[in-house]
Amino acid sequence: MTQDFTSRGGRRKFLAGASALAGASALGFPALAQKARPEKEALKFGFIKLTDCAPVLIAKEKGFFEEQGLFVTLEAQANWKVLLDRVISGELDGAHMLPGQAIGATIGFGTQAEVVTPFAMGLNTLAVTVSNEIWAQMKKNIPQQGGKPAHPIKADALKPVVEQYRAAGKKFNMGMVFPTSTHNYELRYWLAAGGIHPGLYSPSDISGQIGGDVLISVTPPPQMPATLESGTIYGYCVGEPWNQQAVFKGIGVPVVTAYHIWNRTPEKIFGMRKDFTEKYPRTTVAVTKALARAAMWLDEGNGKNRPEAARIFSKREYIGADYEVIVGPITGVYQYEKGDTRPLPEFNIYFNNHASYPYYSDAIWYLTQMRRWGQIPEAKPDAWYLDVAKKVYLPGVYLQAVKELVAEGKAKESDFPMKSDGFRGSQDGFIDGVVFDAKKPSEYLSKFKIGLKGNETVKPRS
Amino acid sequence: MEKVLRVFAGLASGDPRERLRAIWLTVGVPAVAIAAFLWVWAESAARVQTSLGAVPGPVQVLSQARSLLEDHVAERAKQAEFYRRQEARNEQRLAEDPKAEVTIHKWTGKPTFVDQILTSLKTVFTGFLFATLVAVPLGILCGSSRVVQSALNPMIQVFRPVSPLAWLPIVTLIVSALYVTSDGALFEKSFLVSAITVTLCSLWPTLINTAVGVTSIERDLINVSRVLQLAWATKVRKIVVPSALPYIFTGMRLSLGVGWMVLIAAEMLAQNPGLGKFVWDEFQNGSQESLSRIMVAVLAIGIIGFLLDRLMLGLQHLATRG
Repeated sequence: MTQDFTSRGGRRKFLAGASALAGASALGFPALAQKARPEKEALKFGFIKLTDCAPVLIAKEKGFFEEQGLFVTLEAQANWKVLLDRVISGELDGAHMLPGQAIGATIGFGTQAEVVTPFAMGLNTLAVTVSNEIWAQMKKNIPQQGGKPAHPIKADALKPVVEQYRAAGKKFNMGMVFPTSTHNYELRYWLAAGGIHPGLYSPSDISGQIGGDVLISVTPPPQMPATLESGTIYGYCVGEPWNQQAVFKGIGVPVVTAYHIWNRTPEKIFGMRKDFTEKYPRTTVAVTKALARAAMWLDEGNGKNRPEAARIFSKREYIGADYEVIVGPITGVYQYEKGDTRPLPEFNIYFNNHASYPYYSDAIWYLTQMRRWGQIPEAKPDAWYLDVAKKVYLPGVYLQAVKELVAEGKAKESDFPMKSDGFRGSQDGFIDGVVFDAKKPSEYLSKFKIGLKGNETVKPRS
Repeated sequence: MEKVLRVFAGLASGDPRERLRAIWLTVGVPAVAIAAFLWVWAESAARVQTSLGAVPGPVQVLSQARSLLEDHVAERAKQAEFYRRQEARNEQRLAEDPKAEVTIHKWTGKPTFVDQILTSLKTVFTGFLFATLVAVPLGILCGSSRVVQSALNPMIQVFRPVSPLAWLPIVTLIVSALYVTSDGALFEKSFLVSAITVTLCSLWPTLINTAVGVTSIERDLINVSRVLQLAWATKVRKIVVPSALPYIFTGMRLSLGVGWMVLIAAEMLAQNPGLGKFVWDEFQNGSQESLSRIMVAVLAIGIIGFLLDRLMLGLQHLATRG
């Protein structure tokens, strides 16, 4: 019955509830905390078959949702578009989501809707894979180190191949998973860092291929290997296990992972409709608590739970790929080619390095990339970037959730950035060496050779 | 049909040679053919290497079918455990506060293969029921009135060949627009989308057959009704429907067959729960067992389709005899 409150006054109720709870836990009255039950207990969440949806799967399988009084049904979605539409229409109460989807929806790029996130999901989970044919040509341009290609592999090695194809009048097609996906931005970042123009968006042409040396288009993650195999695309950027699967199937070679493109790439978020979080504030906090518990479990004891996690992921209703394909990337081992397996410890991080805290600076990085490639057609003042970030990312709810976990003895306060201002500080670790300072987005954009900066706009293709 | 009857006659006949031949035809030949099919399958499957490994043979498929059934049993056990946990929780809540409102939430686990078969059957019968309810009356109108017939004919001819894949986006959008779900909704949106798509595609055979059946009623019968000055409703009930019944049932049988095929395609494309989604999910999973599971689904779809057809045939016999 409590589910039928209108959203009016929800915000106020939420704040009141939050302060009452904070007080209760500080004074050690767990009974009071128990009283504030989730307003909505039966929930349906969506996910895409990728390893970075891990916290959602684990929260369900290890009973963290039920521990919070939530009864959650999980449903794999066909592609990111379907997932976003179903969150917005209310068929899904929340989902494993691309940060760019929530941000894009909020600023009205693509679908217009208010989607927010109290929880970030995973650092460094994607990779770029090219077909065997392209790899054979690329390999010649890569210096060798100990009989193996030297890492990181830059797009410089791909550039002559692309030029050859273009000279022969052939289109060089590549795949990514959604226009506002992390994969789109990272693929573009990698290509541009190697001097390959990935193409621009304009308000009248949202193909994202204006002036591009390569033509990048959308394919759903699980279909990437099949699309590569059929020769429709020469390479793609996607999360795991779909790069590893290309290796196992013998159809392609991952050349670079998020670790090398930008170490600590914030990959996914848990997205919910804004009105949902206002109408069901306790549910929102409970979901965040369950996800935080799951993220902790995943990174606990130096990854001791990861093999068990891989078993869970390989169930057919979850990610469904073979255990052998999934286990590598989440236990710090990555197979680039058959016979070229290397350690990659900083891959698929869910909790360490504050991976689950929804930093404003993460949102701002996405906004800079949207501006860089023309999805935001005009220059914006620096303050605008932070305003949008604050609309979408809710570190306040996250902190509320972890404070409760700390009070319940389920988490250590020192594991969380309790005093953070929502910025990770100036960040390096990018493949081109450019440093990102989220407080100066416009200045950051001016550092790139390829891409929009300052007041530049895209002229429609003639 | 006649051949089958002759075989049965052979079985009943006293001549031992006739009887042997009949047994050979009903049991022996199909058994040999199936064995040959399985042999060719097993031999050729291993030779085709896909990116998911060799194509599975009958043995792998059978073992996969067994594991899907075991999975179903295991999932049911988990489900029972889930409800027990909820009851315990509710009891505790009531103990803390006797006035607390307690609810039992529905099982949140995955649908098993058996669940997906049941969902598909439910959907196809719903769609088929809608289709019959629309097609039979419309067919009777078409058959009994020249005017209605020439009015509807062009539309029937245009819409009949449209594939489910073309209807699906339209149905999805319209259902989303008109059917606003809340938590306690009677149907899932996806269920309605698939059922309506089935209706739109399986409508036509029944409609056309009914119309043909009605037009080919013997003139004598119509004349009798004229002489008796039967009311229109009585005429339809006493004369038109009984004489057109064999046609109507043939149409319905075709419709159900079409509906079943359409449903699998619709579920696959729209990600609606059911066998079609099972197939698509497995394709996306791309694990080494995926191909065998898809083959289990293909066989299940075929066998169910066959049983549905037999069911309709049985109903037809019943209806036309009675």
